[in-house]
Amino acid sequence: MMLLPLPIPTAFTPLLAICGGLLIGAASALLWIGIGRIAGVSGIASGLIRPFEQPWQLAFTAGLLLPGLLARILGIAPHVYVTTSFGLLIGGGFLVGIGSGLAGGCTSGHGICGMSRLSPRSLVATFSFLGIAFVVVFLTRGLGVL
Amino acid sequence: MKQLFIAFVSGCLFGAGLLISRMSDPAKVLNFLNIAAQWDPSLALVIAGALPLAAAGYAIARSMPRALDGSYFPSLPRGGISPRLVLGALIFGVGWSLVGFCPGPALVALPVQPEPVAFFVLAMLLGLWMVRLFSTKPDHQAPPSDIARRDPETSAQKSR
Repeated sequence: MMLLPLPIPTAFTPLLAICGGLLIGAASALLWIGIGRIAGVSGIASGLIRPFEQPWQLAFTAGLLLPGLLARILGIAPHVYVTTSFGLLIGGGFLVGIGSGLAGGCTSGHGICGMSRLSPRSLVATFSFLGIAFVVVFLTRGLGVL
Repeated sequence: MKQLFIAFVSGCLFGAGLLISRMSDPAKVLNFLNIAAQWDPSLALVIAGALPLAAAGYAIARSMPRALDGSYFPSLPRGGISPRLVLGALIFGVGWSLVGFCPGPALVALPVQPEPVAFFVLAMLLGLWMVRLFSTKPDHQAPPSDIARRDPETSAQKSR
């Protein structure tokens, strides 16, 4: 018996993944070369809650929201399959906020920006969250299949 | 203005990258993390695509005295592996793997499917806000060096 349901199967999309990755890498490079800032979304998002001391964070967030909005208006947005219950969605969101706040970064800040400049802090953080994520998904959604 | 424009363009590229690579879909992320069933390795290729360009950006910047908007590059934390860092990463990993959203993809998915993604985003912002509230010295990305930003030369240029 599985604790959580399996999400719908998704196809391996290597070309889209690499193209998307290139854009993300280019965005991170641009933010550093352009304004000397790390493209870490948790850090940027945490700056939104307080009075906006740093308007660039607001500008970056507006840019981040735009593609999804445009895609939705044009009717070409890829599906977002949320399978988790309401309670888990709230609980998971809270853990993501607390955790990335304490760690000073998330998948983007540590996983991409930090790893690309071989920061020891980011390597430790990335292997920690990736490692536990594989364990948690195996325990909650993997065990029942075996 | 230049700073805001660059940040906006970077955000657009970042969001488009997450959307094109389908990382805005938590099913794809959960399937990457699930090695036991319906494994989808796409996420690994997203990171593989992003790392070289980001690394190139940091390498290019090393030969630049300042960023394009005239600001100095802040010094970033190196080393300093604290219990707070590891504990935070583990807590983040649990939340991420229960739902399949991390901050970037959640914000990208928000306008696509406001219900129910908004609940995740609000809870996430609450968590981030609480950490900021209770920490006097954020273990965050290096705080912007305000002194460097307001150096007389650039302020003089701006006031001209």
